[in-house]
This record gives sequence, C-alpha cells and structure tokens, in this order.
Amino acid sequence: MQLTGAEILIRCLQEEKVEYVFGYPGGSVLYIYDELFKQDKFKHILVRHEQAAVHAADAYSRSSNKIGVCIVTSGPGVTNAVTGIATAHMDSSPMVIISGQVPTHYIGQDAFQECDTVGITRPCVKHNFLVKDVRDLAVTLKKAFYIAKTGRPGPVLVDIPKDITNQKCEFEYPKTISMRSYNPVVKGHSGQIKKAVQLLLEAKRPVIYTGGGVILSDAAERLIQLAQGLGFPVTNTLMGLGGYPATDKQFVGMLGMHGTYEANMAMQHCDVLLAIGARFDDRVIGNPVHFGEVARKIIHIDIDPSSISKRVKVDVPIVGNLPDVLDELQKLLDASTGNPDAKALAQWWKQIDEWRGKKSLKYKQGKELIMPQYVVEKLYEVTGGDAFVTSDVGQHQMWAAQYYKFDKPRRWINSGGLGTMGVGLPYAMGVRFANPKATVACITGEASIQMNIQELSTAKQFRLPIKIINLNNRYLGMVRQWQQMFHGNRYSESYVDALPDFVKLAESYGHVGMRIERPADVEPALREAFTKHKNDLVFMDFLTDQTANVYPMVAAGKGLSEMILAEEL
Amino acid sequence: MRHIISILIENEAGALSRVSGLFSARAFNIESLTVAPTEDASLSRMTIVSTGSDDVIEQITKQLNKLIDVVKVVDLSEAAHIERELMLVKVRATGKDREEMKRIADIFRGRIIDVTDSSYVIELTGNGAKLDAFLDAIDRTLILETVRTGVSGIGRGDRILKV
Repeated sequence: MQLTGAEILIRCLQEEKVEYVFGYPGGSVLYIYDELFKQDKFKHILVRHEQAAVHAADAYSRSSNKIGVCIVTSGPGVTNAVTGIATAHMDSSPMVIISGQVPTHYIGQDAFQECDTVGITRPCVKHNFLVKDVRDLAVTLKKAFYIAKTGRPGPVLVDIPKDITNQKCEFEYPKTISMRSYNPVVKGHSGQIKKAVQLLLEAKRPVIYTGGGVILSDAAERLIQLAQGLGFPVTNTLMGLGGYPATDKQFVGMLGMHGTYEANMAMQHCDVLLAIGARFDDRVIGNPVHFGEVARKIIHIDIDPSSISKRVKVDVPIVGNLPDVLDELQKLLDASTGNPDAKALAQWWKQIDEWRGKKSLKYKQGKELIMPQYVVEKLYEVTGGDAFVTSDVGQHQMWAAQYYKFDKPRRWINSGGLGTMGVGLPYAMGVRFANPKATVACITGEASIQMNIQELSTAKQFRLPIKIINLNNRYLGMVRQWQQMFHGNRYSESYVDALPDFVKLAESYGHVGMRIERPADVEPALREAFTKHKNDLVFMDFLTDQTANVYPMVAAGKGLSEMILAEEL
Repeated sequence: MRHIISILIENEAGALSRVSGLFSARAFNIESLTVAPTEDASLSRMTIVSTGSDDVIEQITKQLNKLIDVVKVVDLSEAAHIERELMLVKVRATGKDREEMKRIADIFRGRIIDVTDSSYVIELTGNGAKLDAFLDAIDRTLILETVRTGVSGIGRGDRILKV
C-alpha cells in the first residue's frame, strides 16, 4: 500500500517501539502532526520551547537506555533545538531528532522559516541526513536509529522537507541495516586484554577510573564484579557517577576539578590506571603535563578509538564495547593463577585512608544560613538515596554530584560535557516519562532554572510530580566563585537582581511553592514535599549562604594534586 | 611532519563539508584537499595533505574514521607512494619570451595547451616541488595566472585502497 511520507515516519517510529515523542509543531511538520493526531501507539509531549523537547528526550534516553525522539519544525524550531542537540552530543546520548524543512523546491531560496539544518547541526550530531526522496525515508530512519544507539552513541538528525511528508510511496521498514562505512567494533583485542590482565595483577598502587561509558553501555554490574574481585579503589567522573556504588568502601568519590582529595591524589599517584569509558578531559585530569609527571601504566578501554590517546598517551589501548571487553577481561582474570599483590594493596589503601582523613567535603552548617551542601545531604536522606536526580549547571551541580551518593547507574542526569544551564527541569520531565513511578528531583539554582522556566507549564499539563530543589544564592554562583578566586573579587555581572517570587511563580503555573530560609526548616520542608505533596510538582526555593564555594578545587590549568581545600581559604 | 591521507567516502551530498568541517572544528591543518568520484560512482576519493605531529595525525585519522560516511582512511605517506599535482599556468608569451617559455616548458615536460598571439597556457604535472621549480625557472613577471589542483596520491605496488 502507498503511504505518505508523514504516514511512513509515524509507522517507522512505531516499528522502533517509540513510546514518547517530545516536540513542538510548526508549518513544515504539519503533515507529520496530522498523522500523529490519527494514531495512539505513542504519545506526543508538547513542550513550551524546542530546546526543552531535546533535553527531555535526551534525559528520557539517559535514564532508560531507550532512544529519545523529538520533532521540531524548520528554521527557528531547529535553531532552538541546537543547544539540546549539542548537549546530547557532548555526553553521547542516543537520540533521533526529526526536523521539518521547507519543501525541496524552496531549499536555498531563503524561504520562510528556512535554515541550513544539516549544515548548522553537522558539528554537533553523530550524523545527520536530508531526505530528498520519499522512497529513501524509511531506510534513512532505520539508519538513524541504528547509528544513534550503536558504537559510541549520539544524536542523529533527520531533516525532512515538507513536500516529502506529503508524497506517497510503498512502505517497507527494513528489518536490519548494514552500512559499509559504519561498523563499530564490539570485541576488544584479545592480546591487549591479556596485557591488561598482566598489568592489573602486577599493580602496587592501582586505580580504576570510570566515566559515562559505563553508564551508557550498561556495564555497571560488570564493573562492580571486576573492581570487587580485584579490591582496587574506584573513582567516577561526573558523568560516571552511579557506575560504581558511591556507598561502597572501595569508592573514593568523584575525581577532577571538584573531586575528593583522596580520588585526585590516588589518580595522580597510582602506578596502574584502568580507565573505562572515560576520556581524560580537562575537568578530570587538570593539566596533562602535570598528570604526566608521575610515571604510571595506563590501560584504556573505550568504544571510541579517537578518545584513546587524545589528551594522555596510554600504554594498553583496548577498543570495544565495554560489557564485551569487561567480560573477556574477567574471564582471563578468573582463569589466571596470579592474584593482586595483597601486601602492596594494603599499603596503598592505608595511604588512601590517610588522604580520606582530610575529609575534603566537610563544611559547617550553622544556625542562621542554609548551606547548599546541607540541602543536598538532607535530600539524600529524605529520598533514601533512591531518587533520580537531575541538575542544571554550576555550583549546585557540583554539590549534587558530591553529596548525593548515587548507588545505581542512570540515576544522575546532568550536562557534563557542554555544561548547559537550563537542562534541569526538562531533564526531570524526560526522566519521569521514562520512569513513571520514580521519585524525581531537580537540583538547580535561581539562574539556571530561569533558562527553561517555561517548562513548568509542560510539567503541569502532564502532571509531573517533580521536586525542584532551587539552591537560591542570588548569584551566578560558579561565576562568582571564580571571580572571587581568580578575578580579585570583581563580581562582574554575576549578581542576579529582580528575581521572581518563585513561590508565587510556581503557584501561578498551578504547582506548589515553598520558600525555606532557615536550616532547621530544611528537612521538615523536604519531608513535606516528598510525602504530603508526593503527587505535586513542588518548587522548593532554598535561600542559601551566598558565600558558599565548591571545594576541593583544582584550578583550571593546574595539576590534579594541586587542590585548594576549604580550610585553606 | 607532512602527511598524505587518502579517504574513500560515500559520494553523498555534503560529504566534503563533513571532512572540511572536521578539520576546521578540531583545528587540524589542511595544506590541500582534492576530491572526485572513483570508478565506482557511489564512492569519492579524497586526498588530504596535512601537517602535524604523530599524535595529531593519529587523531586526524581516527576522527576521519569516525565520520559515518567515511569507508576507509589510509595515511599514504606511511609507505611507498606516488603523489602528483596538476598545474595550469597562463603566461605572457610575446617576442623572445615566446621561444624561451616553450623551451622551459619542454624541459619540465610541460605541454602548451592553449595559444594566443600573446599568451600560452602550460599544463604541468608532478609533485609540488617540481611545480614550484617550474615557477621559479620562468620569469615571474610573465605569469598571468596559475591554478593548481592540490595533491592526488596513490600507494605503490600492492598497496591498494579499495572497498
């Protein structure tokens, strides 16, 4: 039977078992929205701004390992979506973005709501397509879903001109797809894995350092088995939190710019480093020259060869899908007659415990001002450590990462790579759609939340009981912190005047608003929000200490072991 | 170090911009880039001349391989290879310069492929150094226009880049 392009698109999404599509209609996608109206196999979530559609689909994907899908119209629909797409790209989130385009014969004519979508998005997608013939549509969509989720995942955009959505052809959805130009590696090189086993067993001061790859590839269980079998310390990157249980004794905390003292010291001074699904970025290892001053052997497992030896030269590169490689590694370890050097390891743990003794995350909660760290700690207690937590970007993001101890993967959703303010609320929406019964908290600040505040309306429409934890210090906190530390206390444009009354704002959208000004009220307010208002969106505006800074800190360009600790200021 | 990187890429709209965009986005050098379809019209062959340390060249080849449309990447300069470039030079050719220009073109195995009463167009192939040498050998003030294709390269003997 002949179907129109719009019908074909809908059928393809159904074939891919898509549950939710996040989007916003417009001229170029009207045929698509007309077909969407006529079907009920998947639901469309109408956001209030295209950026939020992409973020929500992104978080839907991150919190479930299903592919997030969104639809935006041509021109401004696409340009609004770009920040969301770039955010997903930097954190390797598998997504398919469908964008409308002006009719094929208008392309290049500066038509109304025309932009060069494929050109604009090219540097921030894993791949993109412009469909010029309706007969190519089904196979292009099949490729888009395949590319998005295989190899190192990422967003794939399919640009569909309006006339294509109204032209007809025979529909057949390909069952499988093969591309001669795209064949991601799965199995790791067995010789390299053997070398890795050898190094691990010889290690005196080993560290396992894991990133977002462990979360994305669902390799957490294998990581736990490997790490606990070896008895090695484990540190996670910001994107890797939850990949290894934060409450386990082998966990030394997050590393990097705001990592714990023990994690950074262990990373700097280890003799064998096992890096898994991480990429040694500037916020993680600081200055690569300083990092390289200590001799150590590095084993790096990653699905993306270009992530290996990019910033730091490694000794044993292993390209492959993490679960497959870790299985192989475990098999060889189990079969090996050798054991980790128990004596050396005991000595190493003694050293690490000494570093732990610095208690680099301690802070003082007085009676007057609410410390932001305290709010996160109380949130952790009140939710039993079992919430899905999204964050925006800035100080509150770091506090969330430091003080909410994630024991499970896919519970911590934030923009690590691009560092996009405004993701928190749409992320929380996406998480809730993927996990309809879950407790979802969005830790944010008064600046970030205003970057997608309009989504309070979407949250109302779909009755999403998100708890917004607004750490309100009336400053762009991280900017203020850097200005205090590196720019002579000149707080250039980092004070935010004329803030809205967030309680009234929440109420005007039909939600519950709370303002919490005293430390003693923090826990009772949280308990009220998560029990009495379990089924409501609650906007909790915590007025916090304006001078609080994030510690420890490795200043940009400094070495990992050159940390500034709280008490040093 | 100078490297010659050969790429087989799907002959799709926008393929060139994916490659050139990658180089500009990651601040890699391009000295020259040539591209045309191969005998299999679904594939294009690209030759890129780039300079950089071994680490940079390694990143370039890895990043090129990561592009979804790229089928194969080879660093030709890793082993025996041939590189050629085509240059067309339009020169003023009047009076005694006319004979001299013909003579130098012959020495460089160039061919005169367009003649007017006051100019020649000379076609010359070779590696970059040879083309440079030709330009140095003739009277610079007589050059009206030059156009060069950039380097195309191919491996010697059994080194074959094919799907």
